[in-house]
Amino acid sequence: MAVRKLYGALDSPSTMRALASLFEHDVEFELIPVDFQAGELKKMPSLSPFGELPVFQEGDLTLFESRTIMRYISHEYGKRGEEQVYEIPKLQGIAAAWIDVEDHQFDPPASKLIWELVFKPQKGLPTDEGVVEEEEAKLVKVLDVYEERLSNSVFLGGDKFTSADLTHIPSLYLLMKTPVKRLFEERPRVRAWYRGVMSRPGWEKMVEMVEKVRA
Amino acid sequence: MALDENVLEKGILNVTPSLQTVNTQAPQPSFLHSHTLKISLFVSLLPNPAVMAVLKVHGSPFSTATMRVVSALYEKGLQFEFVSIDMKVGQHKSEAFLALNPFGQVPAFEDGDLKLFESRAITQYIAHEYASNGTQLICPDSKKMAIMSVWMEVEAHQYDPHAAKLCFELCIKPMLGLTTDPAAVEDLEAKLGKVLDVYEARLTQSKYLGGDCLGLADLHHLPTLHYLLGSSAKKLFDSRPHVSAWVADITARPAWAKVIAMQKS
Repeated sequence: MAVRKLYGALDSPSTMRALASLFEHDVEFELIPVDFQAGELKKMPSLSPFGELPVFQEGDLTLFESRTIMRYISHEYGKRGEEQVYEIPKLQGIAAAWIDVEDHQFDPPASKLIWELVFKPQKGLPTDEGVVEEEEAKLVKVLDVYEERLSNSVFLGGDKFTSADLTHIPSLYLLMKTPVKRLFEERPRVRAWYRGVMSRPGWEKMVEMVEKVRA
Repeated sequence: MALDENVLEKGILNVTPSLQTVNTQAPQPSFLHSHTLKISLFVSLLPNPAVMAVLKVHGSPFSTATMRVVSALYEKGLQFEFVSIDMKVGQHKSEAFLALNPFGQVPAFEDGDLKLFESRAITQYIAHEYASNGTQLICPDSKKMAIMSVWMEVEAHQYDPHAAKLCFELCIKPMLGLTTDPAAVEDLEAKLGKVLDVYEARLTQSKYLGGDCLGLADLHHLPTLHYLLGSSAKKLFDSRPHVSAWVADITARPAWAKVIAMQKS
């Protein structure tokens, strides 16, 4: 069996995404922490030509971009009967569309809010309340679409938990510690959905790993 | 992507004449078009309409995301119906269109009762569902597909944000009578240049971005590439020999010529 390594930083949402996917699929791997701030990644240009984390290695396969790592793991290591992908292209097409929705619609306002409300305070920088208000308004529009989607579909990607749901884990984990949580709580189907995501084994193990480092 | 893609799309459409006809299926002798309706519906009469579900693309032939989907359909040699969405009058925010894409962005796609949006999810669907038609755009081997998937994400996250903004500065703003911001152009060209440096290194080891065969990772670049090659940003591609050869190769494909032909009506 090829050795699997994940080069990552435990405070990075992208690393969290890869971790959640690995844990959901019970894939054994070794986490190699990289001190991004200290410029450690620049010493490994062959691993990550754009200088970004995480990087996943399995034998001679090297992958970067967390959503690629997530997609590869979900296709390669699906547990029989609990696959987080669909074999039928029409069904997988829908799940893939909602993976891209997280990327292109949800993530822009979510990551700006995480920056303002989580990372800036950690660095001792002041939160820009104007930006928070603006980005919350954008996130609300996305969540309204999610609320409607979840009236027709048990999960975002279809009738089962897929990468379309898992891909939200890092943002949900970080936003639930902020007042933005109320926007999810105010929408009944979104509330039920995100609580369901939080009860996944991938979530629990990712959080355990991330918070153990901080303890 | 910080730039609202629809700002780019709207900009393109504000300066082009309203489409009167779009010839989607040259060999078919008859098609329907209307000058008076806001929605222009072009129906290509299929030889055996009962045999195959109709593929439909709702969008604009000038929209980069729409062009991305259409290029995949042409590469696969698939017949499809093109439903023109008039963004100048906000048709992409109409109830009918929102039923296809709740985020109100072109394109939207139908295959029988399947409705999809997000251009790169649509192309992936087409590539998998119609794997045995036309050009192979994905890899059956899971590890090779993973490598192609890396470069598909790179296009979306590293290349497209800068390319789309540069398109806006160099191509759209002049057409809208706005002034190009030279400082923004310099900054964007530097950033895109760094991405293309990585592409140059990649293409010394691999014939195409995603691997040895052409695939979605390459195709996804064509729409913004098309606009940038018509601008001063062309130099960024010309000055890098492997990138330049790759660009020449993928833009010369007959299927891509059909996508561009849709713009000339």
